[in-house]
Amino acid sequence: MASPTETTQAAPLLRTPLFDLHVGLGAKMVPFAGYEMPVNYPAGILKEHLHSRARAGLFDVSHMGQAMLEGPDHATVAKALEALVPADILNLKPGQQRYSQLLNEAGGIIDDLMITRTREDGKIYLVVNASRKDVDFAHISAHLPAGVTLVPMPGRALLALQGPSASAVLGALCPAAQSMAFMTGTPGKIGAFECHISRSGYTGEDGYEISVADGEAVALAKLLLAQDGVMPIGLGARDSLRLEAGLCLYGHDIDETTSPVEAGLTWSIQKRRRLEGGFPGAERIQRELEKGASRKRVGIKPDGRAPAREGTAVSALLGASIGTITSGGFGPSVDGPVAMGYVAADYAATGTPVNLMVRGKALSASVVAMPFVPHRYASKS
Amino acid sequence: MTERFTKDHEWVRIDGDVATVGITNHAQSQLGDVVFVELPEVGRKAAQGDAVAVVESVKAASDIFLPIAGEVVEVNGDLTGQPALVNEDAEGKAWFFKIKVSNAADLDKLMDRAAYDAFVKENG
Repeated sequence: MASPTETTQAAPLLRTPLFDLHVGLGAKMVPFAGYEMPVNYPAGILKEHLHSRARAGLFDVSHMGQAMLEGPDHATVAKALEALVPADILNLKPGQQRYSQLLNEAGGIIDDLMITRTREDGKIYLVVNASRKDVDFAHISAHLPAGVTLVPMPGRALLALQGPSASAVLGALCPAAQSMAFMTGTPGKIGAFECHISRSGYTGEDGYEISVADGEAVALAKLLLAQDGVMPIGLGARDSLRLEAGLCLYGHDIDETTSPVEAGLTWSIQKRRRLEGGFPGAERIQRELEKGASRKRVGIKPDGRAPAREGTAVSALLGASIGTITSGGFGPSVDGPVAMGYVAADYAATGTPVNLMVRGKALSASVVAMPFVPHRYASKS
Repeated sequence: MTERFTKDHEWVRIDGDVATVGITNHAQSQLGDVVFVELPEVGRKAAQGDAVAVVESVKAASDIFLPIAGEVVEVNGDLTGQPALVNEDAEGKAWFFKIKVSNAADLDKLMDRAAYDAFVKENG
């Protein structure tokens, strides 16, 4: 049997403040985005995934990049950021959070990120992908006007508490968290710890992402793990949860060649920005919004039990190659294989039958609507 | 009955001229939850080291290599409906397939239990 997990890594791996806690909990540690991260704990990916949908899971996402964009007032900082992303930042209310993408001049995605207008005037809080944080921070810094600066926050850990009981669990420690609207962020005290709490996540479930000082991360994680129904969850289940939720993984489902329109992220480009443009690649994106993109990211459901992994070729029933799977595997809540990928626009309609070439055999599959598992977010403000 | 192991973590047990093949308990623990197994077709002839079956966990797919040359004479259909059997009883009920051995000398290249245990210990 060829083991899929043995990876040799030349550069020394970084560790999050929770490293010793993970090892103590019996986690299997693997290299991910330059960090040594838990892929699963002794319970295993399947149980961890199902637990996150049934109760609450605690994820260490401290490898992600956090930074504050700072300037004299909101309008100045928002305009500086709007020059780099296609979302409406200017009209964010204090505490409101939005998902967007850093775009290159060709309208490709440098990274996707979460953007929160804090309650402090002129401060916008950013969370970017671990694998891209160096690229992102250099890119943002290089494109800021005088008076606006990017301040990375390397001394902050990030924990995600996700699942249907996340609100009750966090509410018991921080009552204000329970009444937060989805996609908002606020400073808050959890137990003895000063945190920044966002009601958002990457699982399709209700939940929170909690930023805390490195030195307090272990104690906060232990406090959360001590609550009834909270289980530690590794990156393996994080991946299967986000795949079932139809959410993109950078470097797989989106990259510098894919536009937000191709990726099915047009919902994240607000009307004012669609009309006004003024972001990198606006010409391509406005054209695709008007005339449609030539390829589209879609959900793909294999008919049988065999998973179709990333890189699997997608073909039309008559044999023409029409696309590629960008994320694929087994969905524990679906109890079957699930995948997403890009197909030519003519084949992107829900219900279109396609073939997946797996180990030299054509497996039948269909284009399906995503998410595979309905989102269960808290209500918006 | 002779039992041997490969460096790819397959086990093989010989009974007369028929060999039963599966993956080791160590292998299943490394894979995690098995969600899909693809078995070879009965009648397939293959050489030692050929990839003839696939085992998939939530995260990844892994090939199963033929420990010794032969012809597939039987497959364990239970694994198709209950792939999790591999996690429950890798070296027992979750055998993958049986082959008619065509070259018994292939066995000489494999490890016995003690050598395999030492190999696993050494390689983590």
